[in-house]
Amino acid sequence: MSILNVSNIKKSFGKTEVLKDISFTLEKGDVLSIIGSSGSGKTTLLRCLNFLEIADCGKVIVDDDVIFDGSDKSYLTDEKIRESRLNFGLVFQNFNLFPQYTVLENLTLAPTLLKKGDEASIKQKALELIKKVGLEEKVDFYPCQLSGGQQQRVAIARALALNPKILFFDEPTSALDPELTMEVLNVIKGLKDSGCTMVIVTHEMAFARDVSDKVIFMDGGVIVEQGKPEDVINNPQNERTKHFLNRFKENS
Amino acid sequence: MSFLEVTAFLFDGFKISLLIFAVTLLCGAPLGLPIAFCSMSRFKAVKSISKVIVWIVRGIPLMLQIFIIYYVPGLLFNYQIFGKIDRFMFIEYGISDAGRITAVLIAFTLNYACYFSEIYRGGIESISKGQYEAGYVLGLTKSQIFRKIILKQVVQRIVPPMSNEIITLIKDTALANCIMVCEIIKNAKELAATKAMIWPLFFTGVFYLVFVGILTIVLNKAEKKLSYFRS
Repeated sequence: MSILNVSNIKKSFGKTEVLKDISFTLEKGDVLSIIGSSGSGKTTLLRCLNFLEIADCGKVIVDDDVIFDGSDKSYLTDEKIRESRLNFGLVFQNFNLFPQYTVLENLTLAPTLLKKGDEASIKQKALELIKKVGLEEKVDFYPCQLSGGQQQRVAIARALALNPKILFFDEPTSALDPELTMEVLNVIKGLKDSGCTMVIVTHEMAFARDVSDKVIFMDGGVIVEQGKPEDVINNPQNERTKHFLNRFKENS
Repeated sequence: MSFLEVTAFLFDGFKISLLIFAVTLLCGAPLGLPIAFCSMSRFKAVKSISKVIVWIVRGIPLMLQIFIIYYVPGLLFNYQIFGKIDRFMFIEYGISDAGRITAVLIAFTLNYACYFSEIYRGGIESISKGQYEAGYVLGLTKSQIFRKIILKQVVQRIVPPMSNEIITLIKDTALANCIMVCEIIKNAKELAATKAMIWPLFFTGVFYLVFVGILTIVLNKAEKKLSYFRS
């Protein structure tokens, strides 16, 4: 049984249909990359899964538990949504760290407020995560004292502090220069090696090819092509996928 | 009258100015918060009422508002509440303008609460959506997000505009003399009228300057203290 089962998700903003019937599955421990041009609906899909937008219809099942069903409003109470969100972690394009808190406090804030253990164990877990993303020397720094890459690594650690079943990334390196991009991508690679299930929306094609178990190419709100990275990225079948990937091929 | 006697007499008036200042700040600053929330409400009726109140209060001279608060109860309900307080306090305690001071305090508090509410609203709305969303995906409630994440960033951002209003406030207290409240300028004018002394009127400026100097130092300290993070 898949850890994530998404079926028939649709979402419109006014008259613009952004997601037109999206379905896919994800296996535990796998890494899924979602690629596609801007405006293809990748980010909206992630936002719908995290309840930052509410999909118009469709179904989302995590580990056999239905967490969203477009035809059943009872999944949409504030409390239900909060509970469902905790299945996932989300790393944003522009980090969204809490500026008034130190690196350590950014990690401990939510677990403390949600009473996920006593103070000492929350702190110890946070320190372990900070070490995992290689920032043990920055524990007491404020976000404004860190580089973009370091901030994004803190954001990754913060998302992991609540033990999500799946970690989502929304273009995690789009705000970073190539050097900082590498340090963030290395952290994500490390997470893959430790068995973390991840969904990554990205424009880093080489990275998507190397790190993913599965790639989805989206265009105009539909999944045009999906499959193993070597198939989708190296040997695309669909004309639109070919066109999109042409540029990447020319550069590599 | 000697210089010291004049200074003491003016200082008596300045105590009333400081009283108006302190009460307006202590009551108006908290009152601004619910007004700000109403102005941002999802409910259109609440939002509209709040916006109209802010428009009227900010659109009419404060001096006129003092007159309205002071005279309207007598004109509309034939009940001169502030005059009655004046008389009662004078007979019981020998204080001459307690009722008029009350009217001034109400007018100032309402007026400043509306200005503060707009500063709060601007501060709250300037915080990026991403901060809320980061809180949401961590499973926090709206109230936890506001109290633990948004509030401090808002406070940091509103210190400079609040400082501005607070400095304006101490000088606005001079408007109280329009209904004969014995604040510092009223006392100085009294000296001019009864003793033919004009210099005390100009001397009042020194009181304001010294107080604004102290305020500036305190407010700058607050701003510095909050500058350890950048939002």
